[in-house]
Amino acid sequence: MQTGLILAALRKHRLATLLIALEIALACAVLCNACFLIAHRMGLTRVDSGVDESALAVFKIDGFEAAQAGDLNARMLAGLRAVPGMQSASVVNTAPFGLPTGNAGINLDREGKRFGGVVGLYLDGPGSFEALGLRLVAGRAPQTGDFQPMVGFAPKDSQVVVSHTLAEHLWPGQDPLGKEFWSGDYHFRVIGVVAHMARPGAGEGGTGTIEWSVFVPTQPGPNLVGTYLLRAAPQDLPRVLRDAKAAIARAVPDVVIDHENSRTLGDLRERYFRSDRVMASLLVGVVAALLGVTALGIVGLASFWVQQRRRQIGIRRAIGATRGDILRYFQTENFLIVTFGIALGMLLAFALNAMLMRFYELPHLPLAYLPAGALALWGLGQVAVLGPALRAAAVPPVVATRSG
Amino acid sequence: MFVYYLDLALRSLKRNKVLTALMVIAIAVGIGASMTTLTVTYLLSGDPLPGRSQRIFYPQVNPSPHASTKHGPWDVMDYRSAMDLWSARRADRQALIANATVKLGAPGSGRPPLMVPTLATTADFFPMFDAPFRYGRGWSADDDAGRTRVVVISDDLNRKLFGGEDSVGRTLRLKDGDVRIVGVLAPWRPSPVFYDVRGGRYSNGDTASFFGRPEDVFVPFAAAEDLVGNDFDAFTCWAGWDSANASLQSSPCVWMGLWVQLDDAAKVAGYRSFLASYAAQQKTLGRIAYAEDTRMMGLMQWLDFNQVVPSDVRLQTWLAFAFLAICLFNTVGLLLAKFLRRGGEIGVRRALGATRRAVFAQCLVEAGLIGVLGGVGGWLLTLLGLWLIRRQPVAYADLARLDVAMFLVTFGLAVAVSLLAGALPAMRASRIAPALQLKVL
Repeated sequence: MQTGLILAALRKHRLATLLIALEIALACAVLCNACFLIAHRMGLTRVDSGVDESALAVFKIDGFEAAQAGDLNARMLAGLRAVPGMQSASVVNTAPFGLPTGNAGINLDREGKRFGGVVGLYLDGPGSFEALGLRLVAGRAPQTGDFQPMVGFAPKDSQVVVSHTLAEHLWPGQDPLGKEFWSGDYHFRVIGVVAHMARPGAGEGGTGTIEWSVFVPTQPGPNLVGTYLLRAAPQDLPRVLRDAKAAIARAVPDVVIDHENSRTLGDLRERYFRSDRVMASLLVGVVAALLGVTALGIVGLASFWVQQRRRQIGIRRAIGATRGDILRYFQTENFLIVTFGIALGMLLAFALNAMLMRFYELPHLPLAYLPAGALALWGLGQVAVLGPALRAAAVPPVVATRSG
Repeated sequence: MFVYYLDLALRSLKRNKVLTALMVIAIAVGIGASMTTLTVTYLLSGDPLPGRSQRIFYPQVNPSPHASTKHGPWDVMDYRSAMDLWSARRADRQALIANATVKLGAPGSGRPPLMVPTLATTADFFPMFDAPFRYGRGWSADDDAGRTRVVVISDDLNRKLFGGEDSVGRTLRLKDGDVRIVGVLAPWRPSPVFYDVRGGRYSNGDTASFFGRPEDVFVPFAAAEDLVGNDFDAFTCWAGWDSANASLQSSPCVWMGLWVQLDDAAKVAGYRSFLASYAAQQKTLGRIAYAEDTRMMGLMQWLDFNQVVPSDVRLQTWLAFAFLAICLFNTVGLLLAKFLRRGGEIGVRRALGATRRAVFAQCLVEAGLIGVLGGVGGWLLTLLGLWLIRRQPVAYADLARLDVAMFLVTFGLAVAVSLLAGALPAMRASRIAPALQLKVL
């Protein structure tokens, strides 16, 4: 009933209406995309590494000769296993969220015609598969005979375990057991599939490839030395790691302990996703400031309109409009302007998303964000306009009889 | 006249403090957010070698024996190609680089050995890249040829090991050999560490690590070959390599960069044709397969190619400017409300003979004043924002400071934004018809 009246009034204030609607539109576009980015970043940080993170730590040393590998690995393992509370220690090349090493491009045929992508290879020694706590969903775990010596960057011919995600990527819908792949003249055959296994860093392939990993059972040797996987009860782990550093400094004094990279997997994970969390909290800040500024704009303009129309409000009250009518008038007016802004904002949101997708590795903006953003802005508009609208409703009818 | 307008503007701003505060806050917040991110982008995308960068080039050949290249040449070269190009000495200056992390001991200091990032390079490195010395100096070309075991160390390392005193002439133990310190650098923080930039296109936008610190130890390349052995960082290998039994120098791996200084355009053209003829000759010899795949970018072009500004920083800048746009719309709306509310006053002034232009100017002065106030707030918020960034655990955190240029940009942007915001409302205000307003009075 009032809508026609409101539209007629707004037509007289085209410029101001347009401005506030444009502000809402921009806010809608930025709000939807910022929330989407927050959800995307937080989603990345929740990746399932597939290993018992709370019970694992990495121990890394430097400053030794590769030629002493056999002796060094034996001394290190003996030293580490002697630490009270240590459940197991094994030689590995890296761990989830650790140093990104062992990346290799693989092919699905011997000739190198069908490229499979760049995957992460875990070249891990005996005992590490059990220590990691990987959950097998098909096939079998590596057995003693599967651990082959390194020749160059990997064993020449390996029986490997792959993640479910990688299996689906390489052989969609097929049984991956017994399938083969190659990297140069290195040959790999799949004997098992695990539910989840995150690689150290997603790197070149982007965040979507975080689970493209392969467990290659490997004999420790000159090319596999210096990084160790420790397992202890979660509550003992920090102490065990600390004791291990002290024990190794005594038992193997000629090496340099890499303190920066000798951490619990929990710490490594925290470090790996730190920039994502910083970015997400920054975006939360932007969203809050954005909503605040938009609300201030609505309050400012609505107050101005209320003051400008005091006389008209008085007249309407004098000829029979109730306070509720006046209140609803301003609320409906705000609703109409915000709706107009949201309609424009949805188009802008998609344009902004398309632009972000060109520069960043991002999926399409899910449609669900639009109604959510619209609801948020409608709510914001109603809250912001309530104060000025109440003041308008309080204008006494007697104003109509005064001039100016 | 301007002073009179300023006085009018001050009165008008004082009359409605809440509305004024709303506008100043909106501009301050918008400016603060955009200047914080803009300052970071500006610092990270600057020229690390001002005045010389246009003479510095990064020649590359593709040493792969297979003619399959999707990516162009690898970011660094193999030993043979790099050494051939370096020893041809066709440029005004040339420096090889290879990185390693090496065990370093300081005999007599009582400290346990530590792992230090080390750069193996050649004599021209220091003059070519303007590395500043606190004590001593770099080594000579004779030291390169004679495989002399000398080092230049960073200011950081000198402080850590020798408390910052003149350590020239002292001996350090680099892996298993003794080396003599010939120079100590003054604090040096090129951002990014441009000569080490590589692999940016594989980093998925996560390039903050380019803005770390230069190496702690610089050692002549030939001496490093003797001392470091196979411990250099290899970028990638195009075939399997048994590092336990074969030397890195003969391996199918790329691990060395070459930087050259070419002082004029003719020399640049000359070097390009030299590079092409070298690759062609190597192809004839059967060592490489893809002679056309050479490249020589200038320093700034190479930094661009590696997308040195982290993608998160670029995203933040975009966001901040979208935010500033919202603040701008907000201010336009509020100024419009403010000016039109004074319709009666403006009507009187017009009736008394003020021109439209005068009313317009007066309104703009008021908007500009709001901009200056917003600029002060924005500057404070920018300082706060940069302080927050300095507390973040990123490699470039300590670089985030406001310099004079960006300080001026802050105010320039604030006034520009407020004038832009004021233009439309001022135009509307100046079009107010005096008669209509006077009738209402």
